[in-house]
Amino acid sequence: MNAPQKLTLKDFSTDQEVRWCPGCGDYAILKTIQKLMPEIDTPKENTVFVSGIGCSSRFPYYMETYGFHTIHGRAPSIATGVKLANPELDVWVVTGDGDGLSIGGNHMMHVLRRNVDLQILLFNNEIYGLTKGQYSPTSKVGTKSPSTPDGSVDMPLRPARFALGAGARFVARTIDTEAKHMTPVLKRAHAHKGASFVEIYQNCPVYNDGIFDYIKDKKSAADSRLLLEHGAPLLFGEGQQKGLRLNLKSLQLEVVALGQDGVTLDDIVVHDETNLVLAQMLAGLSAPEFPEAIGVLYCQASESYEHSVYEQIKTVRAKKGIADFNEVLKQGHTWTVS
Amino acid sequence: MSVVEKVSEQLEQDPTVSAVVVRFAGDSGDGMQLTGSNFTEATALHGNDLATFPDFPAEIRAPAGATFGVSAFQIYFGSDEVTTAGDDVDVLVAMNPAALITNLKDLLPGGLIIADADAFTDKNLVRAGYQSNPLEDGSLDGFRVIIIEITKQVIASVEPYGLSHKFAVRCKNMWTLGLVMWLFDRDRSVTIENLEKKFASKPEIAQANIAALNAGHSYAETAELPSGVEVYRIPRAEVKPGLYRNATGTESLAYGLIAGGRLAEVPLTFASYPITPASSLLHTLAQHKEFDVVTFQAEDEIAAVCAAIGASFGGTLGITSSSGPGISLKGEAISLACATELPLVIVNTQRGGPSTGMPTKTEQSDLNQALFGRHADTTLPVIASSTPADCFDVAIESVRLATQFSTPVLLLSDGYLANASEPWLVPDLTQYEPFPVKFETEPEGFSPANRDPETLARVWAKPGTPGLEHRIGGIEKSYTTGDISYDPDNHQKMTDVRKAKVDNIENFIPEQTVSQGTATGKLALVGWGSTFGAIHQAVKRGRAQGQDVSHIHIRYLLPFPKNLGELLAGYDEILVPEMNTGQLVNVLRSKFLIDAKQLNKVSGQPFKIREITEAITKLLGESA
Ligand code: SF4
Repeated sequence: MNAPQKLTLKDFSTDQEVRWCPGCGDYAILKTIQKLMPEIDTPKENTVFVSGIGCSSRFPYYMETYGFHTIHGRAPSIATGVKLANPELDVWVVTGDGDGLSIGGNHMMHVLRRNVDLQILLFNNEIYGLTKGQYSPTSKVGTKSPSTPDGSVDMPLRPARFALGAGARFVARTIDTEAKHMTPVLKRAHAHKGASFVEIYQNCPVYNDGIFDYIKDKKSAADSRLLLEHGAPLLFGEGQQKGLRLNLKSLQLEVVALGQDGVTLDDIVVHDETNLVLAQMLAGLSAPEFPEAIGVLYCQASESYEHSVYEQIKTVRAKKGIADFNEVLKQGHTWTVS
Repeated sequence: MSVVEKVSEQLEQDPTVSAVVVRFAGDSGDGMQLTGSNFTEATALHGNDLATFPDFPAEIRAPAGATFGVSAFQIYFGSDEVTTAGDDVDVLVAMNPAALITNLKDLLPGGLIIADADAFTDKNLVRAGYQSNPLEDGSLDGFRVIIIEITKQVIASVEPYGLSHKFAVRCKNMWTLGLVMWLFDRDRSVTIENLEKKFASKPEIAQANIAALNAGHSYAETAELPSGVEVYRIPRAEVKPGLYRNATGTESLAYGLIAGGRLAEVPLTFASYPITPASSLLHTLAQHKEFDVVTFQAEDEIAAVCAAIGASFGGTLGITSSSGPGISLKGEAISLACATELPLVIVNTQRGGPSTGMPTKTEQSDLNQALFGRHADTTLPVIASSTPADCFDVAIESVRLATQFSTPVLLLSDGYLANASEPWLVPDLTQYEPFPVKFETEPEGFSPANRDPETLARVWAKPGTPGLEHRIGGIEKSYTTGDISYDPDNHQKMTDVRKAKVDNIENFIPEQTVSQGTATGKLALVGWGSTFGAIHQAVKRGRAQGQDVSHIHIRYLLPFPKNLGELLAGYDEILVPEMNTGQLVNVLRSKFLIDAKQLNKVSGQPFKIREITEAITKLLGESA
């Protein structure tokens, strides 16, 4: 047999015309993922992209893999079914803040707590794009939109916090246009057995332009992003001169400056991906008061759902032996009429 | 006149009646269902034909003595063919006043009441709504009554086992069962085996229950029962030779799905969310993981159907199951399965509605939902099972249609079928024609839009197959390439082909037969679903009296068998009995432009044979 040919980005692009608005953050994500695919060792035919409804959910049409563009909010459930049917498949879920956290919030919660082995990519643009710009469950208070002309009044949720609350065992955050950051994060998500939840800050230039500029712009990025690395201190700011310290009285993280008021590197919290309490604190940090955590917030290995399901089936089979279905029909109290 | 005399007299008048209806009624905590199922098993082994009707309250444990907490189990058995659980009750076992007051209306004049005197306390009497004790005030004079202090008897009989008072009293049902078994000459050994198995980990409870069972039996044997109450022997029924077992509709449906999967050579993924009365299907399948069945309890109805759809995309057959309200929730996803033309089986165990309605009671009111209850033009095959045993074949048929025609299939059952049991001639799967699924594997010329020219089924290409990578979804697709298409002509064409595919199924299903009677005539009763038994008996009685009446029972509700219109045109009158306000009748009227008459009942209870007999007589009388 010939060695399998090295695949490239092209092998993962379809002939379909990409239909996002010019400048949409989704383009960058698509490129990054198409480029990533040849680097992970899953055969193309074993890769499946499942999506719900929304701008981001058009994604599967552009991936030359198996794909299912389903209905609003239900991608996690459909993907669960795909994995139950064939655990060998490598299944990616592409969803958005409206799809995954509003209409599909319940499924998102359960797919995470069940720990189905999926890569769940939540494109968070804090707006409903496809339905023309209504505010979403992640929109900041005061978001003006066609349905909230005077500004939204309800509290948004933070996807990463939601995921951790639902029991996700892999939670990460990355940014649409930053392939260099996104690629290794997605590789980690892919390698993780179980549900990997990746929130991607995504710009919608048409309905919510620039909401993530604070973290993307070179000028403000240093102060507003906390680049996570397992085992490294939580430092940020120009020249890594700021850090996060745990205030033992309030049990909260606080921003401190190295060298001021006697603060040294020893005072800074060291990132530990396996620490759920820390992950929850990190997931809740919001600019401008705090830098926002980017990278892998939490990663805790555990058995995936479909794996356990099939293990159980194996056990049952071993216990019952190879059963003849015709014999099972005759189980219970039977009698013969002659 | 004793029950024995009465039945013997009936036997002389009408040789086709040689059957008895017994109803066990008590508090939901009294174990009436267990009593009934054990009596059923003994009766089946005795060689009688039978049908049962468990009727339990929606409340899991209603307050003791409350009328709304009464749980009943009815069994009709005899030496002739039995197809319903019986109209009127010959023997009523009433474990308390509430059970008596709620069930007395169904007891035949002269019928036998067995009552636990110990439960007729002032408190229970008031709770049931009695002003005075019916066991003492002469209000039961038209019946034969056996009053026994059952509770006291039970406590005495289980004394050696050292149970607490609470557990001792719980053996009441077995004591009563022993007595009734004596009355009908049933063998207790199966019940004893069952008790030993059920309480394997608590042998003292098993032994106490067995002692109670035996005590009830010997009490009847030795005590002075009112005259005429003696062992009654019902001859064996003439049934087709073979191996039998008892099966509820749920069991045979579950087995049918597994059998279907084996005939289709495709694993099953069963995804469901708990709902009464459909959950038992999930429970049954969850016990058979060894047969390529993965069961999944989803977080809600929508997730359940979606997981099933995902599983079908993934290369197994997805099955979901619910009851009316749950099917409503699944509606959008079912349309997705129609749009993507994936195989899917949806089982609806119908219950009394609307909304929460009467979850433990039966109804056939989701036919309209099955036929029309989704957005847009989404035609899908609808089939219905008519008896507990029929559930097996209908389940196989649902798998065949789903996999051979790449379509969701709606299978209608109902609460009555799900819980009722009857002797089931154990099928031999080797006698069934397999219908193996052909997954696409050939990349040459592959398109996800490819169809089988004969069945119009869309190709089934499962992920994992090299070279067949493709995308499907809810957006309209090009007829030729399967790519997204908003082209007007294409949408017309796709809508047409989806409908044509389902209509075309009429060429792959059997023609409609007449289940009893003649192919033309004065009157045909047209039924579907669980009304089969009652219609069958009513038509049988009518024909025995010379009435020109036939019975047609429709399994394939969409598409109808090809010959149905022509067949119906051969009768002067059509009468459609349904447990809804008239759903099939409307379809028949609009489809065949016939003046079909309707007979409807929505009380949560199955039809009585008598109700249908009366309607036949009225109609034939009028049209004669
Ligand atoms: S509306 Fe926004 S999110 Fe949607 S495609 Fe356009 S730019 Fe992208």
